[in-house]
Amino acid sequence: MNGAWLVIGLTIVVAFILNLIPVPEWALPYRPDWVVLVLIYWCLATPDRLSTGVGWLVGLLIDVSNANVLGLHALGLATLAYVTTRLHLRIRMFPWWQQSLSVLVLLIGYKGLVGWMRSLFGELQFDLMYWMPCLIGVLIWPWLFVILRDIRRYGRLFSG
Amino acid sequence: MAARDSRARSPDFLRLVLLICLSVVVMLADKRTEYMQGVRSTLALLVTPIQVIAGTPDRIGSWIQQLFASEENLNEAYERLQGEHMKLRARLQRMQALEAENASLRRLLAAAEKVPDQVLMAELIDVSLDPYTHKLIVNRGLTDGIYVGQPVLDPQGVMGQVTEIMPFTSAVTLITDPSHATPVQVERNDLRAIAFGTGRSDSLRISYLTHNSDIEIGDVLVTSGMGGRFPLGYPVAEVYEIVRDASEAFLRINATPVARLERSKQVLLVWQGLGKEYSGELKEAE
Repeated sequence: MNGAWLVIGLTIVVAFILNLIPVPEWALPYRPDWVVLVLIYWCLATPDRLSTGVGWLVGLLIDVSNANVLGLHALGLATLAYVTTRLHLRIRMFPWWQQSLSVLVLLIGYKGLVGWMRSLFGELQFDLMYWMPCLIGVLIWPWLFVILRDIRRYGRLFSG
Repeated sequence: MAARDSRARSPDFLRLVLLICLSVVVMLADKRTEYMQGVRSTLALLVTPIQVIAGTPDRIGSWIQQLFASEENLNEAYERLQGEHMKLRARLQRMQALEAENASLRRLLAAAEKVPDQVLMAELIDVSLDPYTHKLIVNRGLTDGIYVGQPVLDPQGVMGQVTEIMPFTSAVTLITDPSHATPVQVERNDLRAIAFGTGRSDSLRISYLTHNSDIEIGDVLVTSGMGGRFPLGYPVAEVYEIVRDASEAFLRINATPVARLERSKQVLLVWQGLGKEYSGELKEAE
């Protein structure tokens, strides 16, 4: 039980670091949202453990690290975690390409919700590049899925 | 569907609704009041180490670069800096004379004496926030006596102001942030205006100047001191485009920020001489 939480926490911390690591200016719009992808994975793999509340807390930490208004990403990630958890049985049954497609829909929904709130606060003007991280996120999803699954199996954390 | 299995799902759904309500309350509280400062500070204790780790590879890179810097380069840099130092010293001498003269003139006029601004050097924590956030993280925070609204400069000009404070770090909103407005005046003739951020790092929009305003391409805009946030007279931007469209009520003016918003690694935090009292001990810039 504790080991499982440790592994989930560690993968999220690593995702956080990947989210913040300095990249050249031109590459910035292409950077996928690692924390969100990892959260989606754990919502699919261990829906009973990682529920809405954890999503909310992780979102709050994103707000602090990005210096956004507190509660912005928290709302987005809580909603994302809830929807993913509700759909986890269906998404897990899908073949990989269909699974990627549903991850794309989840990512776009999350980005849209957060972006809409940010534009309410006058922080953001939408353009096409805003959606780029969703596309990149989906392209790396199958690989991320395999890596995280191996981590989970290696630790024999959960059955299935 | 929610109705079909509402008994099984409702606790989860209820939790989501509660969390959404909580988020909205937290957001409004964070925007309108200062109660959330403590929450942010506490959570920052978890986040700051992650930010420091994320910035490490870059720091190691520049350390290695320093290690292998050739003596020739160092000598060259040393000589350049020496020359610059001499020039600045000479200018400083003249400044001191002027300052004394200014003070005595102000005394003659019975005007309030201007206290010089105090500054504290801060370094950027090298993390890349998402491209739509026009903010920087610097390595000074609550423990250094930083306050919300504190002006931030680089050697060229105004960069922005502190908006979020954490124990050891703080976030600086740049003047190019779409939600930021800087009170400015034209250096040439003291014409006052407001410079709005556009969300693009190379452009500010000057609004509400009528068609007969005396402003030209190349005019330097400096802070006007209106609003009390920024001290008077620091350079902000240079006008590069003026569109005179008769169908619009105001001129459309664009200006480039003078500060090197994307390249400065070191910034200056300013305590205004007038108004704000700073009681703590001020660290000397190294």
